[in-house]
Amino acid sequence: MAKEYHTINQIAGPLVFVEKTEPIGYGELVQIALPDGSTKRGQVLDTSDEVVVIQVFEGTGGIDRSSGVKFLGETVKMPVAKDMLGRILNGSGDPLDNGPPIIPEKRLEIIGAAINPWARDNPQEFIQTGISSIDGMNTLVRGQKLPIFSGAGLPHNDIALQIARQAKVLGGKEEFAVVFAAMGITSEEAQYFMKDFERTGALKRAVVFLNLADDPAIERLLTPRLALTTAEYLAFDLGMHVLVILTDITNYSEALRQIGAAREEVPARRGYPGYMYTDLASMYERAGRIKGKKGSITQFPILSMPGDDITHPIPDLTGYITEGQIVASRDLHRKGIFPPIAVERSLSRLMGQGIGPGRTREDHRAVSDQLYAAYAEGRDLRGLVAIVGKEALSDRDRKFLDFADAFEDRFTRQGKDEDRTIEQTLDLGWELLSMLPTDSLTKIDRKFIEKYHPTVKKK
Amino acid sequence: MATKETGRISRVAGPVVTAEGISPRMYDVVLVGELKLMGEVIKLVGKKTVIQVYEDTSGIRPGEVVVDTGAPLQVELGPGLLSSVYDGVQRPLPVLRETQGDFVSRGITAPGLDRKKKWEFTPLVKKGDEVGRGTILGEVPEGNIIHRVLAPNDAKGKIKSISSGDFTVEDVIGQLDSGYELKLMQKWPVRQARPYVEKLMPDIPLVTGQRVLDMLFPLAKGGTAAIPGGFGTGKTVTSQQLSKWSDAQIVIYVGCGERGNEMTEVLTTFPELEDPKTGKPLMGRTVLIANTSNMPVAAREASVYTGITIAEYYRDMGYDVSLMADSTSRWAEAMREISSRLEEMPGEEGYPAYLAARLSEFYERCGRVKVFSGGIGSISVIGAVSPSGGDFSEPVTQNTLRIVKVFWALDSKLRERRHFPAINWLTSYSLYSPILEDWYRKNVAEDWNQVRLWAMETLQKESELQEIVQLVGSDALPEEQRLTLDVARMIREFFLQQSAYHAVDTYSPLKRQYEYMSAIKRFSELAKKAISLEVPLERISSLQSRTDLGKLKFEETMDADLKKVAAEMDKQFASLGA
Ligand SMILES: Nc1ncnc2c1ncn2[C@@H]1O[C@H](COP(=O)(O)OP(=O)(O)OP(=O)(O)O)[C@@H](O)[C@H]1O
Ligand SMILES: [Mg+2]
Repeated sequence: MAKEYHTINQIAGPLVFVEKTEPIGYGELVQIALPDGSTKRGQVLDTSDEVVVIQVFEGTGGIDRSSGVKFLGETVKMPVAKDMLGRILNGSGDPLDNGPPIIPEKRLEIIGAAINPWARDNPQEFIQTGISSIDGMNTLVRGQKLPIFSGAGLPHNDIALQIARQAKVLGGKEEFAVVFAAMGITSEEAQYFMKDFERTGALKRAVVFLNLADDPAIERLLTPRLALTTAEYLAFDLGMHVLVILTDITNYSEALRQIGAAREEVPARRGYPGYMYTDLASMYERAGRIKGKKGSITQFPILSMPGDDITHPIPDLTGYITEGQIVASRDLHRKGIFPPIAVERSLSRLMGQGIGPGRTREDHRAVSDQLYAAYAEGRDLRGLVAIVGKEALSDRDRKFLDFADAFEDRFTRQGKDEDRTIEQTLDLGWELLSMLPTDSLTKIDRKFIEKYHPTVKKK
Repeated sequence: MATKETGRISRVAGPVVTAEGISPRMYDVVLVGELKLMGEVIKLVGKKTVIQVYEDTSGIRPGEVVVDTGAPLQVELGPGLLSSVYDGVQRPLPVLRETQGDFVSRGITAPGLDRKKKWEFTPLVKKGDEVGRGTILGEVPEGNIIHRVLAPNDAKGKIKSISSGDFTVEDVIGQLDSGYELKLMQKWPVRQARPYVEKLMPDIPLVTGQRVLDMLFPLAKGGTAAIPGGFGTGKTVTSQQLSKWSDAQIVIYVGCGERGNEMTEVLTTFPELEDPKTGKPLMGRTVLIANTSNMPVAAREASVYTGITIAEYYRDMGYDVSLMADSTSRWAEAMREISSRLEEMPGEEGYPAYLAARLSEFYERCGRVKVFSGGIGSISVIGAVSPSGGDFSEPVTQNTLRIVKVFWALDSKLRERRHFPAINWLTSYSLYSPILEDWYRKNVAEDWNQVRLWAMETLQKESELQEIVQLVGSDALPEEQRLTLDVARMIREFFLQQSAYHAVDTYSPLKRQYEYMSAIKRFSELAKKAISLEVPLERISSLQSRTDLGKLKFEETMDADLKKVAAEMDKQFASLGA
């Protein structure tokens, strides 16, 4: 039985300082007994002969100098089992759904060790999301981490849900699962997700972790790690293809900043700790595939950019770690376009590995490059038109201008339940490109133009 | 050898551990805790020793043992480095996977060089020969090269014996009169630069096969370049392109705090590619150091030193080595993280005050030099920089730019329009251009430089004209200026844009680059003449040869096509009545 100490000498923000302990391990799990009989959990952040610093997950409210502190002799672990599918847990991993207790098959460290880069398998299986601006322009593959960069009031949840509903690997019939981790979102938002999971039957294949807006902020540092540990178990022990949705990373990062401030650390930018890159990476890098293992982890972190600012440290550091990003655009949203995905600012770095003959279609790369170039040109012209008027444009320029409008209206825009195949997406791309003079399609090999261009191809 | 001293841990705070009871030297390697985690002494205060630990310290407690090994962090140098994949402190990742599984766990060490493998050694010295540091003792075939076995720094005297045959890296291959034993392997402390005779002028280009780099902003063998850019602008792709195609004999790729999947990509694509110079497998000239973002930060901090030390070793054999560090910002952040745990007084944005000094020490270790083995070797360094918020005014970018001679500025605006490589042609520069002119003139074409200057000027003019166009539209410009815009567009879209993913376009030899730009220049001259004869620009722009110039870069037959198009071009202009 672990010894209980009553030697708290300082409490500051989320931190508790305990003196005169026996040697305590770094990262050890801690239980604090409050005078009112309740208990809180925490973790050792700093340990020395003199003092042990504990970060308390549920907040320090109610803890006093005489509270009892027990060190549990091990780091934080997550009990995992196949039965977790279909269950709803709180941000600390305890059931919220009045269901039976989960009988663990394993207890795993939640600070996952890094996958040995040598053991990783190259992610290259195309995931069809049915959304043209993703499939056609920013293709997702299994094992990728692709965040959605959004802003307050934008429909990022709808985008995430549509992806979760429609995502499939062509010709594949493997077991899949969804792990959903909410960090500091409102219960209304959480309900929105839960309803959709229920409606589509996805809940049966999902494990849900909920840390809501009114739950303790520091617990948010735990929630995604519990979720990812579960995901790793499902993927690499049970061989499932797991889609992990983490929302909202912004709330997570705020909690991280809070800890840094409480420890009086020297901050890097905008008060966020200097190790935020490393910390975020320790979550995002838990996506991927492993050689010789069946399962995979594909991550969809969602984050709201404070002030729509993509250079803010949270989206910035995320973008440096993830394999691209899907950026939601306020402009498109205002124009009433759903999904409001700004393709020019979005990127999938693993696209090259997932597309082409045998995966999607031989003309995929060329079509998407050309759509990008033409759309960029059309968008530039919009600025010019605002000054000189459409009449001053050459015939060629006018075509590009019309193309950009059509691209948003027909390619980007689609219904919330509209599930386009990759062929439909690419054919739609060709149809739009046929609005342009054929000799301006400089990014496409002649052989593809002859084969796919609707007005050039030989019938 | 110092005796191994033991002490006890008094504090653990993340990767920083404090110990008592040992009196090591700075930068000695110590083994921390019962798990024997590897760490390095980074500060001595009073009786306390502060250690940065290369592995996760979870569960380590005060009171556990620490052992001073009495030696600094070293790498093993010898045959077997090429084709290896290491973490930041030279632990071979394939071996770690075999011994501990798919995830990197703690407290396991594995030597950098395989102890069992035998290498065929042919001596080049004989009994009685005088040897000193850097003397070539003999040769071993390794990967794509001949590995020259060099006498270690402290070896001095006459050869007493030397053998030929198959040896492991630990076998004794010979002896000096003094009894000094010679082996295929030597060790070197990573934080100390290996010596050379003298630095030489870097006057030979590192040919990269990337048009925008070779033609506009060339790097010299032994030179330094920085590639700063916001996320997703192309630092990694550019670094990888250089490690695939540059004409270095040895490539060291340091994945410093970046993505695991990127290393996998390198590991899957490199074995399928050929060294453009020797036609042998690319891995045979490559050493990969992969310390991804989720691997321990202290090992990340060490990874660039591990990389540059291996680079120096091959340089000392007289080879041209290029080292890519992706990303030096992650290295700087590792320094920041450790420094903040030490509660040091921070400089700008929390980075330690010695950031600038560390960066310049690192870049100083490259150069083209005369080596002790007699020849000339070089290390070129290409450092990716990941500025926070994509803002080049931050400390890592600024301190790097004060040192390096080539600046390849990646631009998010170009990336958004999928102009790749997204290197901004107006803000980038190379201070080597004037030094390399001569080489290009002699080895590629007499008028290489004129062609280059013409391209730069055209792009410059375009940017000036663009400002006017933004106000009044292009129709308001005279034909000749509109032609300049059109030609600049050809330079951008045809020449500067180069797809790393296209089988043909990915690599462009210098001669081809020259012919290509010359053809565009020729088109421009003919067009100018046509315009002076009042041929409308629309007709010029819709000539077949213009379209062809844009597309031929994707064809296997590009060189022949270029000749054809050049000839066609003359005919087509003639038919315009010009
Ligand atoms: N030369 C190129 N040819 C074709 N595509 C390119 C080229 N350079 C970059 N890209 C595209 O840009 C994407 C991002 O490039 P890259 O991964 O090199 O960015 P990065 O600057 O290293 O970003 P980060 O800092 O986040 O690591 C690539 O996945 C690829 O789609
Ligand atoms: Mg990169």
